[in-house]
Amino acid sequence: MSKNRVSRRQFLNYTLTGVGGFMAAGMLMPMVRFAVDPVLKANASGDYIATNVKVADITNEPQRVDFTFDQVDAWYESEVTGTAWVFKNDEGKIVALSPVCKHLGCTVDWNADKQNPNRFFCPCHYGLYEKDGTNVPNTPPLAPLDVYPYQEKDGILYLGKAQPREGA
Amino acid sequence: MLNKIYDWVDERLDIAPLWRDIADHEVPEHVNPAHHFSAFVYCFGGLTFFITVIQILSGMFLTMYYVPDIKNAWESVYYLQNEVAFGQIVRGMHHWGASLVIVMMFLHTLRVFFQGAYKKPRELNWVVGVLIFFVMLGLGLTGYLLPWDMKALFATKVTLQIVEAVPLLGPYLKILMAGDAAIVGAQTLTRFFAIHVFFLPAALFGLMAAHFIMIRRQGISGPL
Repeated sequence: MSKNRVSRRQFLNYTLTGVGGFMAAGMLMPMVRFAVDPVLKANASGDYIATNVKVADITNEPQRVDFTFDQVDAWYESEVTGTAWVFKNDEGKIVALSPVCKHLGCTVDWNADKQNPNRFFCPCHYGLYEKDGTNVPNTPPLAPLDVYPYQEKDGILYLGKAQPREGA
Repeated sequence: MLNKIYDWVDERLDIAPLWRDIADHEVPEHVNPAHHFSAFVYCFGGLTFFITVIQILSGMFLTMYYVPDIKNAWESVYYLQNEVAFGQIVRGMHHWGASLVIVMMFLHTLRVFFQGAYKKPRELNWVVGVLIFFVMLGLGLTGYLLPWDMKALFATKVTLQIVEAVPLLGPYLKILMAGDAAIVGAQTLTRFFAIHVFFLPAALFGLMAAHFIMIRRQGISGPL
């Protein structure tokens, strides 16, 4: 036993605070866990989505590829269309670029600006990217376009979730 | 640590009188269950308030997932109850609490009635209490529709028929509640939602404040 005697008042204070705290926690814990659930939910696995493009048809020239997939947004399911710019680079490897500008998220277009042929062009703030997706210095974007990982199955191109690359 | 924070704030804002006004009051012997066990009847008002707090909290959290729309209401309730962690518990708290709050309020009313605690000078507090009772019934009624299942829909159809039976004004009151002369649908649901989460809680807060301030002014009624 310690020499500091606990007074009756202190004992009651501690006990009531403890019990009260326990009850409050029992009430609040389910609600807080309920609210933070989206943070703790595991991300959907990176499923590869089939496009309607045959790998054999991919050329050196970037072509716009639209692919649709079912998106489950909690209680709401819908068909969502994604877009990729797909081409074969000089080594013959397939490159699939995200069209989302790394500046402020507008949609880039290939070869759309007459003064900048063979570049990706963003009309919002005149952002430019080279064919391989690296951003042109002194234009607004600060990073290269995201890249879709891809797979080839039965000659068809499958795309995963776009990944960011190291900045240039 | 806590004491230091308290002292720091108190030194600047002199908060001791504030919380003393709220919390530091002697409990008279005749309402203390430690002295007379039968004094537990004095707990029902406090229990009503406690459950009301649970209802407000759980309701706030439920609106994080719920949508008051005829296409998505049921789906969102199903999702929050079955897919979200502790969803069944949080919705359960709100569902069972809704009934329990009526029970507690009724017991509180019985106690006040049979002890004659509503008599002068506390008549006004009785009136406010009855208004709180009506607001609570309104909350239960409007909340009942929100899950948008068959039970909710048909219960609300019956409710609207009862409203329609009011002399003279009935048909107008019914349209005012349902938002449409013939359909119990999209507009009914959004109306009930707005009433349930904004209008009635606002009224409830005001009435509860009046209820508690009057208790403070007049003190607890004396022993029988």
